[in-house]
Amino acid sequence: MSIDHEQRTGSELVAAEPDPVPDPGMEEHLPRPTDVDPIAERRAERQVATLFGLSVLFTLGFCVAYFAIKIKGRTDPPHIFGWGASNVALGGCLGIALLLIGTGAILWARKLMGDHEIMEMRHPARSSDEDREEALSALSLGTEESGIARRPLIRNSMLAAMGALGLPAIVALRDLGPLPGKKLFHTVWTEDMPIVQDVTGTKIKASDMQVGQLVNAEPGVFYDAFTPPGGGTTVEVPEGVTAQEDRAKAAIVVVRMDPDAITPAKGRADWGVNGILVFSKICTHVGCPISLWEQQTHHLLCPCHQSTFDLADNGKVIFGPAGHALPQLPIKVDEDGYLVAQSDFTEPVGPSFWERG
Amino acid sequence: MSTSTPVNTNGTKASNAAKPSKAGAVADWADSRLGLATAMKKNLRKVFPDHWSFMLGEIALWSFVVLLLTGTFLTLWYRPSMGETVYHGSFQQLNGLEMSEAYSSTLNISFDVRAGLLMRQMHHWAAMLFIAGMMVHLLRVYFTGAFRKPRELNWVIGCLLLLLGTLEGFTGYSLPDDLLSGTGIRAADGFIKSMPVVGTYISFFLFGGEFPGDSIIPRLYTVHVLLIPGVLLGLIAAHMLLLVYHKHTQWPGPGRTNENVVGYPMLPVYAAKAGGFFFIVFGVTALLGGFLSINPIWRYGPYNPSEVTAGSQPDWYMGWPDGLLRIMPGWESNFWGVTIGWNVLVPIIIMPGVMFTILLMLPFIESWITGDKRDHHLLQRPRNAPTRTALMVALMTFYGISWMAGGNDIIAIVFHLSINSITYFNRVAVFLGPIIAFIITRRWCISLQRHDNETLLHGYETGVIMRDASGGYTEKHLPLPVADQYTLTARDRDEIYQIESATDENGVQAPGTRKERLRASLSSWWYRNNQQKPTRAELEAAHHHAADEAAHDAPLVGQRADGHQFDGRHGTEGDDLAHHKD
Repeated sequence: MSIDHEQRTGSELVAAEPDPVPDPGMEEHLPRPTDVDPIAERRAERQVATLFGLSVLFTLGFCVAYFAIKIKGRTDPPHIFGWGASNVALGGCLGIALLLIGTGAILWARKLMGDHEIMEMRHPARSSDEDREEALSALSLGTEESGIARRPLIRNSMLAAMGALGLPAIVALRDLGPLPGKKLFHTVWTEDMPIVQDVTGTKIKASDMQVGQLVNAEPGVFYDAFTPPGGGTTVEVPEGVTAQEDRAKAAIVVVRMDPDAITPAKGRADWGVNGILVFSKICTHVGCPISLWEQQTHHLLCPCHQSTFDLADNGKVIFGPAGHALPQLPIKVDEDGYLVAQSDFTEPVGPSFWERG
Repeated sequence: MSTSTPVNTNGTKASNAAKPSKAGAVADWADSRLGLATAMKKNLRKVFPDHWSFMLGEIALWSFVVLLLTGTFLTLWYRPSMGETVYHGSFQQLNGLEMSEAYSSTLNISFDVRAGLLMRQMHHWAAMLFIAGMMVHLLRVYFTGAFRKPRELNWVIGCLLLLLGTLEGFTGYSLPDDLLSGTGIRAADGFIKSMPVVGTYISFFLFGGEFPGDSIIPRLYTVHVLLIPGVLLGLIAAHMLLLVYHKHTQWPGPGRTNENVVGYPMLPVYAAKAGGFFFIVFGVTALLGGFLSINPIWRYGPYNPSEVTAGSQPDWYMGWPDGLLRIMPGWESNFWGVTIGWNVLVPIIIMPGVMFTILLMLPFIESWITGDKRDHHLLQRPRNAPTRTALMVALMTFYGISWMAGGNDIIAIVFHLSINSITYFNRVAVFLGPIIAFIITRRWCISLQRHDNETLLHGYETGVIMRDASGGYTEKHLPLPVADQYTLTARDRDEIYQIESATDENGVQAPGTRKERLRASLSSWWYRNNQQKPTRAELEAAHHHAADEAAHDAPLVGQRADGHQFDGRHGTEGDDLAHHKD
């Protein structure tokens, strides 16, 4: 059935047309078994009381389990079907105790409490016209007596004073942290810094790397103080917060590929050693550390958002949401054949930011 | 029926009113000071209409209470500090490892505080329920039109609650300082840095320097246990007060009109039902916490900025922006010495804001298009507002596809699919899916409206097939009960917004006409193809026709057969079907 409603103007229609079906009024109330049968009523009463009573038992069960089941100690704490016994017993008892209270209350409401539906009239959310008028006149009387409209000098200076208070609210937050400065442009890598395996801290000998291998590595200064071989100031092992901040930026992956497979960009021909290249481990998308390595294709995949980088092609993004290539760390070998850095990264590592340029 | 009239209950004896009771003395003491009786006489017997879907918001409300209770328990042992410590607790596998105090104290709660693991898991499960409850409640309110005047502001408050609840979830998820949540914070740092001009500054201020620093956990803790819960409490109170002031919406039905509210009184029925439901929600959370492991932080290990695990995922409610982040192409602009990473900025900074604004504006957009400024207290079935329903289904489809994209690595592994193909598919589906969903939903709603009108005019299908003397088959239709007929027709006719007049008496275009014209055409698009309820005349004509049909069928009535009467497989004597009369 289709009615061409466009030919009718709505409000006229509403006024003119009676309800298609007249309102038959509220349904007749039908008694429940508990309303008419005293036996059913007493049974329901017992049911509700039983639920509440059982709840007490489970609450006590919780207290017993709390003291009876050990969770500490060097030996394995007790288990129930592979779950920690304490957690299961406590959660089970508490859960059942609570559910019994809830079920009891709802059963009580449904079976025994009055079930006559009642009706209330609604009132419009708006105030009555008289109330509005009264409120408005009270407002204008107050405004009039304050003179705020007649004395713009006071009003404006007060607004200025209050507005100015916003400044301390912002200024006082200045010491939340230092300004970024150039911190994001540097890492702890410097010329001749040894490249060491993370976790163990051992130096990596170029001749020990196999083609296809990937090693998660870090700057040697995380394990031993570093003094440049040509002399200069010694860099101490970073500790505490500084260590975490340095680690967050300086983590690298060392990979060895078939030198013929590598297509170095202009100026990067001497950044590797016999097919050994080093890239930042920090994804250029939002900064997850990457190390899912597909050795046949030379691809490195980020586990967070699946950006994929081709390490044989200068860390270029070949798939996923990352916006630019993984930064490459130029490396060389020292006189004993261990891998060391040529310099710091030549660009900021990690995700993009406004000043990156 | 008046609210003050006592109704019959099963109380066997009335209490003895003559004897002054202790409770009465206390009540007198309190009322003399607080004047409680005035507020109570109005509200104790306040009427709430009954429908299962009105319970969804209660899930959110009660899980918030569970969150407050379990959260307070956790604060007694949790230490919001990134100071380094060496772990020597009960969990052997991490013994002797360096970690933050936050992580170590979370391990302590999990392994050395009795009921600590239960409370931690209940807290996390209740958070899931809180956000899921709010989302489902929001959908119920939207699909039934309960957001319409005068309740638009309560819709806005509800949206703010959802936003704050999500932020509260994210900050809480970060507090244990395990490898997974630390990865989340690191990604959040990447999101912040993508903001033009101010990104790095906000990042340095938030972290107290470079990521990770030693300030973020204590700062998130303050936000998580003080700032957001305080605002949430205030907004929940406002949400409830407005609910009481507006009185709850109700479904149309016999005796239920736009001017009244029909249901059970607050005391005793709703006090018992809603109070009981609190214990149900609490109990379910306790069972979940007792039997289902959630966020086992001891398996992830302490946070280390140079490590990550495969399959890293945020909690499910953060999944949709994470999915957008995964399917966004890697666009980045470099110009004038600055960088804008659209690949991060668009999906994670701009899109959540856009989606939230759309959500917030939905009631205002609809009322502007339809020009409807009346008060609405009767709910609408989703089918009777096809464009509205389709709009939300389109938004849900967008959300769903984005959310699915947030698990693209898991989908690839479970279904042995290529991660690249899934990503390419999602890049298209996120645009096409909502459009297809919109069209299908709208047509579907209109078909259901047609079906309703069919049923009203020609009765419902009884499933009884009749064969007349000439061999023709018909299905017997019977009229709906009057109450159902009334309920189906108790809805407004759609009124398309009309422009008053495009020009004034001098033929000059009236100001704002272009906007009005847009509004009129949007309104006509909004209601296009909607089915209107039949008029009384149409119903009467149809019923007259039905009477003719019934007369035609009369000789057949009572001659029922189940198909076996005549095939000799069983006799017809004593056969229920054969003897059944209408």
